Amino acid sequence: MSDYARITKDGLWGNNVVFAQMLALCPLMAVTGTATNGLGMGLASTAVLVASNILISGLRRFISAEVRIPVYIVFIATLVTLVDMSLNAWLHDLYKVLGLFIALIVVNCAILGRAESFASKNSVAPAAVDGLMMGLGFTLALVVLGGVREVLGSGTLFAQAHLLLGNAFAFLELTLIHDYKGFLLMILPPGGFLALGFLLAGKRVLDRRLAERATAAATPEPAAG
Amino acid sequence: MRPIFNWEKLDLLKGKLGYQGALVAVAGLVTSGALALASKVTGPEIEAAAARDLQQSLSQVLTSEHDNDLIKDSVRMTGPGGNEITVYKARHLGRVEAVVFQVTGTGYGGPIVCVMGVGRDGKVQGVRVIKHTETPGLGDKIELAKDGWIHAFEGRFLGDPPPEKFAVKKDGGVFDQFAGATITPRGVVKAVKGGLEFFGREKAALLDEADESATRKAGDGAARTEPGP
Repeated sequence: MSDYARITKDGLWGNNVVFAQMLALCPLMAVTGTATNGLGMGLASTAVLVASNILISGLRRFISAEVRIPVYIVFIATLVTLVDMSLNAWLHDLYKVLGLFIALIVVNCAILGRAESFASKNSVAPAAVDGLMMGLGFTLALVVLGGVREVLGSGTLFAQAHLLLGNAFAFLELTLIHDYKGFLLMILPPGGFLALGFLLAGKRVLDRRLAERATAAATPEPAAG
Repeated sequence: MRPIFNWEKLDLLKGKLGYQGALVAVAGLVTSGALALASKVTGPEIEAAAARDLQQSLSQVLTSEHDNDLIKDSVRMTGPGGNEITVYKARHLGRVEAVVFQVTGTGYGGPIVCVMGVGRDGKVQGVRVIKHTETPGLGDKIELAKDGWIHAFEGRFLGDPPPEKFAVKKDGGVFDQFAGATITPRGVVKAVKGGLEFFGREKAALLDEADESATRKAGDGAARTEPGP
């Protein structure tokens, strides 16, 4: 498996920010009341993650190990503020939906985590790919959790997606259960923890099944790999 | 062959306290420079967008025809809650036809900030909740995006219903509460009632009718009007 394939697989599944590293749970719980909010937050985080990984890996040889954390934090906070300002100025409608969450990206430990554990040790291209894949993995987690909570909590999926993606994506807005009275708990933070718990358990089971199948397939021909 | 850049020397330097201090200083300097630049570039755009938002929310609670720029035609006054608020005046041919101002109620999860428009006749033209922290799915029906409840105020004034009936049904009034949430609508109803009482009290100043009374009040410190044209 090539390096990039491994980075991709790690980011999306094996070392997923939420499902494996258990990072960034604060923004996760805050925004996943609907799948649309999750998607928006995920895309904004991905943009910051890619930019911060590129910046930090480009400058990694100049940064002393002793002061690396403050330097990373300053860079990440600046990038987030730049994203915040530009969205507010040029994509104001999107900002009205996401504005509250953007500041939360600063405290997203996944971004500092990738700067520390990947970007500071690798060259620019792999760092950019790592940022992109970790970001998409995070987006995946946000959308899945947001979708589950939204369907159970209010019976819709991707409500108000046109505010985020433009009117062309209005077809995404589904009402799955008509005349649904709603299951309030799922919209509230405890519902987020409950749903995340079940999703994590599900991933564990799936991973174990896959591993069992892999060993079962590998046993007759141990020399295969 | 001599390398273009002496990395080993840099690695040695990186251990020095001076280099580290300088590194943090340079990082801080460069990023603040970037932010200052970005703020300069985006500032006017952000202000324009905020003004557009304000204009939009003001026009939502106004039904009176007006021909002036509301945002420029505003005064600061002591509002219903005793705090300073901005009152926007909608004029047609120079006469104040309606005023728009903010009122704040107390909900279940904290303050509920509403903007309301009141016509010259004292009737509510519209109310919109602009900020709240009520329970999603229960209390958030005060948002127009979730429910039409907020329309119940339109055309109401102190008299229809009378002040003692200007409350939610549970308190003997005429306005609906929500199943499972009384505190939220009660907060909004009280805020609107407070707004109407404020309008009744300050009517002269709000409608520019009695300049002398406005001047007197400004002297008392109860109300301040900006020097008009």
